[in-house]
Amino acid sequence: MALSIEEVRHVARLARLALSDEEIEALRSQLSEILAYAEKVGEVAASDVPPTSHAYPLRNVFRTDEPRPSLTADEAVSTAPASQDSCFRVPRIMGDAPSPATVISQEPDGGGRQEPDGGGRQEGPDGGGGT
Amino acid sequence: MSRELLTATATALRDAIARRDASATEVVRAHLDRIRATDGRVHAFLRVLDEAALAHAADIDRRIAAGEPVGPLAGVPLALKDNLCTRGVETTCASRILETYRPLYDATVVERLSAADAVVVGKTNLDEFAMGSSTENSGFALTRNPWDLGRVPGGSSGGSAAAVAGLAAPLGIGTDTGGSIRQPAALCGLVGAKPTYGLVSRYGLVAFASSLDQIGPIARSVADAALLLEVIAGHDPMDSTSIPVKAPDLCSGIDQGVEGLRVGVIREFASGEGLAAGVHARVADAVACLSKLGAEIIEVSLPHVGYSVSAYYLIAPSECSSNLSRYDGVRYGIRRPGPTAEEMMARTRGEGFGPEVKRRIMIGTYALSAGYYDAYYAQAQRVRTLIIRDFEAAYAQCDVLVSPTSPTTAFPLGEKVADPLAMYLSDVYTIPSNLAGAPAMSVPVGLDDAGLPVGLQIMAPVLHEAMMFRVARAVEAEVAFDPTPRGPHALDVP
Repeated sequence: MALSIEEVRHVARLARLALSDEEIEALRSQLSEILAYAEKVGEVAASDVPPTSHAYPLRNVFRTDEPRPSLTADEAVSTAPASQDSCFRVPRIMGDAPSPATVISQEPDGGGRQEPDGGGRQEGPDGGGGT
Repeated sequence: MSRELLTATATALRDAIARRDASATEVVRAHLDRIRATDGRVHAFLRVLDEAALAHAADIDRRIAAGEPVGPLAGVPLALKDNLCTRGVETTCASRILETYRPLYDATVVERLSAADAVVVGKTNLDEFAMGSSTENSGFALTRNPWDLGRVPGGSSGGSAAAVAGLAAPLGIGTDTGGSIRQPAALCGLVGAKPTYGLVSRYGLVAFASSLDQIGPIARSVADAALLLEVIAGHDPMDSTSIPVKAPDLCSGIDQGVEGLRVGVIREFASGEGLAAGVHARVADAVACLSKLGAEIIEVSLPHVGYSVSAYYLIAPSECSSNLSRYDGVRYGIRRPGPTAEEMMARTRGEGFGPEVKRRIMIGTYALSAGYYDAYYAQAQRVRTLIIRDFEAAYAQCDVLVSPTSPTTAFPLGEKVADPLAMYLSDVYTIPSNLAGAPAMSVPVGLDDAGLPVGLQIMAPVLHEAMMFRVARAVEAEVAFDPTPRGPHALDVP
């Protein structure tokens, strides 16, 4: 199982990991080796065996739906790197979009997913959007 | 006096404090002094909680003096792994991405420890997000083994194990996804137990692989580990995978011995591939000792156990890639700026995670991606079913299974860092019990030729912890292992 650089870049993009070229190259060989080992599971004839997601069979765990104390909105956002008016603050998600500098790797990613094009307005120093 | 306080079992300390032979303050202060004197060399702790620990101890002393009730661990110092949420106290998982995270709530285990009046003296180092077998994947510190300061303590609960072995606390809390309590316990000459999946609540444990993670005790004696597990076990409505049973009684039958019990040894492990000679010899001695004590030794077969590590390194990274998607620079932790939300997230994660965490996220993302899901993740889950069936068949013939805990004793710092696959194979004996959701523990059975501790693993059927501790106690009583570190490169002991 030898992965290509393009495949590694594609997976990094899916995982939302900005990686350096050195990291991509190291991961290419490490992932190839690890997956080659993991592929041994394919030797087992198991097509008629049900998969196990959890070892202890518990089904449909319910509780009574009743009001009880909880965090306030301000408490809930208090651990966030950026917040405003009891909301999480994030960079713009829709509309104006990135400059070429925002492409994660130096080459276009292997997944062939298209970057939306457009303005690429740089937000504040904390990367926060909004106001 | 100080040495006595530091080497005493948790049970002995608790009783001495209750009798007012020692105060909780005196006990806690002795351990904080020990941490101050040694942790610059061991680096077991990411954070020492002096003030909170002394305040808790003073409150326990006040209650004892006033005749008010105290908990079953009153005044006993405890080292807590830093992937368990502590309200208002940094909980980093040894990751840069959570460097600034202060949880808004306590984990259920932390609440139960506090209610039992165990005194948390500090939060301990780990492999980042509990991913590793040497604690070298920490983003913050390099923890050393008190038996040989040039060697690893094992991992991922290496900080808690090094704290308990180095006499910084008699009790430690670890977490075990593929061996992360048992392997460091073995490498540090300690008792460590991974309970049945669902016996201890995971509420407030930062998730790595949700179908495999369990919290458990690390201690210098089997009885101490049993006592600590009794305190933290039992149903919790805040964890929907928590089994609806009460905490088991582990202590009252612990001295019943092994006469008439059937102890299975696993045929597939007999070839000893990758197994160090010193480990093999001590484990064989321990099996002979169980036979001498009246247990019947039976050879059993687990035909699919050889696929455990492969299945694990698909299932655990898949679950991790999903669980760790929450670290997106939005709700907690650090943020690195980027012009779009996606770019901000990718940069935050690229800078915030260390190499092993990135590697596992990549493996998991690949295994779950379109076109590979069935061949990798679903196939690994089917193999998991076959491994569970193997255990069920084995337990029709025997009461417990035994094996080495780790194929080697503590290895030198840096030896396996560059070879991830070799590091993964450290967990070959421990992973099967995580896949089966069944309890397993490590108990020290002696030293190898280099003077390093060897652990025996005892495995039991789901919810049969009492039987497992009984066997461990019998081995401990016969072997009479001294858990105090010694040797030319060991940490000094008062």
